[in-house]
Amino acid sequence: MAPQVDNLYFFLVALTAFFATLIALLVAIFAVKYRRTHAAQVGAPITGSVPLELMWSIIPFGIAMMIFAWSANVYFSISRPPDDTMEIYAVGKRWMWKFQHIDGQREINELHVPLGRPVKVTMTSEDVIHDLYLPSFRVKADVIPGRYTTLWFNATKPGEYHLFCAEYCGTKHSGMIGRVVVMEPTAYQAWLSGGGSEMSLAARGQRTFEDLACHTCHLADASGRGPSLQNVFGSQVKLSDGRTITADEGYLRESILNPQAKLVAGYQPLMPTFQGLVNEEALMGLIEYIKSLQSAAGSPGTPTGVPSGAPGTPQPQPPLTQGERKPQ
Amino acid sequence: MTTPLLPREHYLNIRYGILSWLLTKDHKRIALLYLISITAFFFLGGLFAVLIRLELATPQGDLVSSDTYNKMFTMHGVVMVFFFLIPSIPAVLGNFLIPMMIGAKDLAFPKLNLLSWYIYMLGGIFTLWAVVVGGVDTGWTFYTPYSTAASNTNVVATGVGVFITGFSSILTGLNFIVTIHRMRAPGLTWFRLPLFIWAHYATSLIQILGTPVIAITVLLVALERGLHIGIFDPALGGDPVLFQHLFWFYSHPAVYIMILPAMGVVSEVVACFSRKNVFGYSFVAFSSLAIAVFGFLVWAHHMFVAGMSVYAAMVFSFLSYAVAIPSAVKVFNWTATLYRGSIVWQAPLLFVFGFIGLFTIGGMTGLFLAALAIDVHVHDTYFIVAHFHYIMVGGAIMGFMAALHFWWPKMTGRMYPEGWAKFSALVIFVGFNLTFFPQFILGYLGMPRRYHAYPEEFQVLNVMSSAGATILAVGYLIPMVYFLWSLRYGPVAGPNPWGATGLEWTTQSPPLTENFPITPVVTEGAYEYNKREMRVV
Repeated sequence: MAPQVDNLYFFLVALTAFFATLIALLVAIFAVKYRRTHAAQVGAPITGSVPLELMWSIIPFGIAMMIFAWSANVYFSISRPPDDTMEIYAVGKRWMWKFQHIDGQREINELHVPLGRPVKVTMTSEDVIHDLYLPSFRVKADVIPGRYTTLWFNATKPGEYHLFCAEYCGTKHSGMIGRVVVMEPTAYQAWLSGGGSEMSLAARGQRTFEDLACHTCHLADASGRGPSLQNVFGSQVKLSDGRTITADEGYLRESILNPQAKLVAGYQPLMPTFQGLVNEEALMGLIEYIKSLQSAAGSPGTPTGVPSGAPGTPQPQPPLTQGERKPQ
Repeated sequence: MTTPLLPREHYLNIRYGILSWLLTKDHKRIALLYLISITAFFFLGGLFAVLIRLELATPQGDLVSSDTYNKMFTMHGVVMVFFFLIPSIPAVLGNFLIPMMIGAKDLAFPKLNLLSWYIYMLGGIFTLWAVVVGGVDTGWTFYTPYSTAASNTNVVATGVGVFITGFSSILTGLNFIVTIHRMRAPGLTWFRLPLFIWAHYATSLIQILGTPVIAITVLLVALERGLHIGIFDPALGGDPVLFQHLFWFYSHPAVYIMILPAMGVVSEVVACFSRKNVFGYSFVAFSSLAIAVFGFLVWAHHMFVAGMSVYAAMVFSFLSYAVAIPSAVKVFNWTATLYRGSIVWQAPLLFVFGFIGLFTIGGMTGLFLAALAIDVHVHDTYFIVAHFHYIMVGGAIMGFMAALHFWWPKMTGRMYPEGWAKFSALVIFVGFNLTFFPQFILGYLGMPRRYHAYPEEFQVLNVMSSAGATILAVGYLIPMVYFLWSLRYGPVAGPNPWGATGLEWTTQSPPLTENFPITPVVTEGAYEYNKREMRVV
């Protein structure tokens, strides 16, 4: 994205230089040329000109619309990540950044990413509003408590880059910084496997899922008291109030913390709130686990979203279909 | 030419004693009360700025602690925005000049006018108290949930100060609107009004319509801090982004409260010192109203990276470009006014030249920020800081300085020293650019704003900025000295030292308490320098 943003930026710099110089020159020329030469001299009897007014209203408006369209176009690509992004979760907290990779690696104030692969960061905050700002990639997004925001970027050169908090968040705001480390894909794989015996994020989510006894109601085959979570991510969900919404990360998060807010049609409001019982990082694990419950080949529970063969990552427990589990 | 003498009786010597000031209903004396108060706040806010720039001369946060630094930039913003910039031109020069320009004896509600000064002072005292007992560290923007749930500084006291002062702004705006509608001299039709009046009319509309929203918003912040009602804090079921919508619904138009009156000043000064009609009078007049109206529709361009939908962002980007046009039209018209004028380089005109140059750059960089793709990168960086200082300092304060110099002889009856004034205009212009131009570059390189410490690669530009701030500070201190000097030693000005049109120049300097011995009758437009010359010849 950076070259596209820079092109627009330098065009605007040139435009600003042009108009600022134009105005400054005109003011200077007029101020010198029409200096008062004798005390009683007055200016020429000119009151205005409608054609001129129209000209300097319409031409700037045309230029402004051109900039608007150009920048909106670039903005569209900034806002819409491509399909094949690598997902990373981030939690901002006064005053640190916590990142979770899908494979299970966790890091603080450092973000390792592979070269040439679009990376999408899904973020929330544990306290106040922060803002993840990666100036080299020309992206930033507010990190807001109570909701998910995302940004994406594609690193094209290996190296280390600044990572800042850009939304004022208190005492150590200027210390809430870190670095993005862009690595060759092979080096990135090696880095991923170097973290010891971490479980994948989805596997951690599955453990939380079981610890919180979610599986007692959310059975795989829709016979439970709660809706089945198979294939639910990204699907259209019909709500009890008649609306239909897309089950994205934000919806899943809300439905865990505040289940009555958007109840699925046909189910009773039985689920208790998990507000305060599960922190933001665990929530991200749960969501990643739910996202992994996509049964492409009709075998329920196979977590296709989890790169289970990633080197060094312990295999998650072969997921049992939820019907087989004993209720706690 | 004989040296004029001070008039025997005028509004300054009609009564003496502290009570004659504290209980005055004379709009001119109230204007001077405001002038003294806002000058005090200006130097207080400036002191905070000096400390900020000193701290940023080195990358390490080594001069003051992080908490102190955060309080410095917060109080710099609060004091400068709410207690200096917003009241600056309207409450001082608007108060002094609006009745005089329309041939009235006073504002429509003189007691309300005095009340608004007391309200302003009460709000100021609350805020000063908050500063003295430990300060506040939320940033002047009071973003939630930081301000309601995290900060343990004096948010409520500061908020109450802002809340109270808002009423002063509302009452002043109300007073102006009624006065402009009801108290114009015979023959003074709307299109004969000076453009200064049009600008203040537009400003007053914003003050009346916008200020209640900020009052409600800071009240909600105070209630949430005290009673934990869940309006903004997501932990209590609130929405932190709602605060930003409410805050900017006022605070974006508030930028126009600061800049529109300065634009009015520019029109007056350009016309006077080129002895010419303002080019495109009605376009300049209506562009003020257009700015006031469109200014209410662009607030969310402060929130492009706050999780807003793509399409909402596009709508606000589009509207932000629309609001830029009336400002551009004004700049073109002022420039065209100079064409074939009879131009004399007096200090007020030099300040206005500074305004035009700096406001052009400030406005053009606004186009960068309205461009969504660029805003994502430069939002909350020093690019923003530079941009709004070009508007608020390069624009509004340059306009204020131009106005003070232009009407100083009317207010005090004495001239300021012209050479020193030209010198200070130059010093301010140079100091300003050296302070804030490097910040554009810093912002594009990625330095976030409100950073107590920063990576070393940004130091060179920061040192330039701090050096510029030193020059700028000197530039503001010089006029402080010579204005005070001129009160006693300045040459006596006479009623109309500039040969300007405008009713305020037809009466003695300083004016009588009732402004005009007999109510003037107006028979021509505001800037008929040509007709005047014909009469002289």
